[in-house]
Amino acid sequence: MNTELKFTDVIAQSREERRRKHDLSKFEYSYKAEITSVHRLTDMESLYRIRIIDELERNAFAFRPGQFLMLEAPGIGEAPFSISSSPSAHGDVELCIRTVGNLTSFLSKAFRGMRVGIRGPFGNSFPLEEMHGQNILLIAGGLGLAPLRAPIAYVQENRNLFEKVAIIYGAKTPSQILFTFQHDMWRKDDIELTIIVEKADQSWKGPVGLITKILEQMASERTAFFDQNTSAIVCGPPVMFKFVCNMLTEIGIPMHKMFVSLERRMHCGMGKCCRCNVGSTYTCLTGPVFDYWTVMNLKEAI
Amino acid sequence: MLYYKNEAYGLTWWRLNSITDANRYYFPFRNKSESMLFRVFEKEELKEFFDILAVRNTIVGPVETGLDRNGKPMYAFVQTSDFSRLRLNYTTTKLPAKRYFLPYRENLASFRVNGTDWEKIVDYNCDRPHIFFGLHACDINALNRLDKVLLGSVYPMPYYAVKRKNMFIIGFDCRPQPFCFCRSMGADTALHGFDMFITDIGARYFVEVLSAAAYNLLQIVNTRAPEEADHLQYMRTVEEKNKKFSTHVDTTDLTKILDMEFQSDIWKQWGDRCLGCGSCSNVCPTCYCYGVEETVDIDLRGAKKVKTLYSCNVVDFAQVAGGHNFRPERHIRLKYRYYHKHRGFVEAYEESLCVGCGRCGEACLAGITVPEVIASVRGEET
Repeated sequence: MNTELKFTDVIAQSREERRRKHDLSKFEYSYKAEITSVHRLTDMESLYRIRIIDELERNAFAFRPGQFLMLEAPGIGEAPFSISSSPSAHGDVELCIRTVGNLTSFLSKAFRGMRVGIRGPFGNSFPLEEMHGQNILLIAGGLGLAPLRAPIAYVQENRNLFEKVAIIYGAKTPSQILFTFQHDMWRKDDIELTIIVEKADQSWKGPVGLITKILEQMASERTAFFDQNTSAIVCGPPVMFKFVCNMLTEIGIPMHKMFVSLERRMHCGMGKCCRCNVGSTYTCLTGPVFDYWTVMNLKEAI
Repeated sequence: MLYYKNEAYGLTWWRLNSITDANRYYFPFRNKSESMLFRVFEKEELKEFFDILAVRNTIVGPVETGLDRNGKPMYAFVQTSDFSRLRLNYTTTKLPAKRYFLPYRENLASFRVNGTDWEKIVDYNCDRPHIFFGLHACDINALNRLDKVLLGSVYPMPYYAVKRKNMFIIGFDCRPQPFCFCRSMGADTALHGFDMFITDIGARYFVEVLSAAAYNLLQIVNTRAPEEADHLQYMRTVEEKNKKFSTHVDTTDLTKILDMEFQSDIWKQWGDRCLGCGSCSNVCPTCYCYGVEETVDIDLRGAKKVKTLYSCNVVDFAQVAGGHNFRPERHIRLKYRYYHKHRGFVEAYEESLCVGCGRCGEACLAGITVPEVIASVRGEET
């Protein structure tokens, strides 16, 4: 076990965190953006490609994998969405959105060129820099693949910096599997991809069951992922966290190397409206990414 | 006399663009003056002071608005320019002065829609300073605590900042009521966050002057430096007041106790009584949680983004799109409210978000009071 503690670079951190966070006039400022294309993924989910219109703003827009933004359709509403694309594309972002509420129903009727507002990026991110030189296990349930697509893109672009990388993805039915157009590309970038569905149909040839089934299998095979040099990122519905994270703990991944991204209601994204509080922690400021140790100690987090 | 020129009594309006650097905002009033200055003045001078201020400024003060169901007078913070309407010996107001710095409904932005394009227009809804004539220490401390999260934290809130910066606060001493427990919450005296604080020491008023603006304004009335006898009288007044606190809350190790008792059945018992109506948040001087809603104007040429203060006790507070509710049960929501006030805020800012004004207990339709809830969580019999 590595017992050496890590040096924290506070100067670099503060440099990153200034900018938008302290300017009163930026509180309600929205970048104006337009929807460049809507890519239908399934019956319920679409991938919205959105571009900040102003070139300077677009280039200055920088986010880290795991962060979210607030998307606003004037008169309809505003809601948080995790950014589902590569950080290197700056203000050209992709959001994977399920039609479920007021704003998202409106967005499902969006057309190319429609103008929306963007605030952000908000929240913290998956500490991918700290994972350099490690194995990475990305575990997604359902729509949880959306926020994972940003770290996946980061891994693809920096493949040399990581050891083994695997995605374990569970979906309800084969028709609900997201980003099918990218699966081959991930595999070709030497990212192991395992998909399991809860309910199979005739065409489905892969495994059937819950995500934990794949983990059990991996554990019994003692694959290279189960040592101290692995970090895990887990994203999915609240019920999934407990089962998956407990299993990963048993397998031997340390709690501080296991990261989850929490979903909460948010009305501001800036630690003011309190809607996203877990216990007394703001998901929008301290999260949405938490290591499992922190989550375990937050009241009612999962 | 130079001071009687009208402009002398108008307050400076702080425009937002002159205060965009939030770092100047952390404890905004602390740097105004290094030391506190004390003065005394005769009681009849107060009306003179008020009347001159009222000529050029908007004044908000405690006014009697009617009788409650027990026949006792009810008070509210109301805009007035008539000194005779002020009731400076008021007990407490049903509602805090919140609507002047955290309005229950507030426009965050409006949109002008033009074909497929739109323009966002942001207004912070404050165009002049307000004088608050007669805030009690608990309400001043409530502002100081709100400052920490709304101004001192990341993403300072301009809507609050511009109103807060434009408050001229004249504090007034109070008589502890049976439901007050501000002394337990460390909010019975205000150390900063006001411009001047007046204490009735019997024959005359004793005033603490904290800001240069207050010092300048006080030139319009006859004041003098306090003498030893005034000091003694002041201390006697404070001592008398402190004896009158009848309700106490034991906050020793409260953050830890709340953690330990997180699964306690006590919460369920309180939750069974709670109606989930949110009245407690409505009357709370430090509840700042909100929801945002957008509406399209009737002419379809514009839209509005409106912020409404919300309560964590209301059922859909933590409900997400798709219907999942992270706090579906009343006792969980009630518990969450106590955790935010008495644990989370303490962890972040070293003091409770509750100032012990007791308004929530008075307003609660189910008769739930903070001292009782905390005593029961601590395992004390009440």
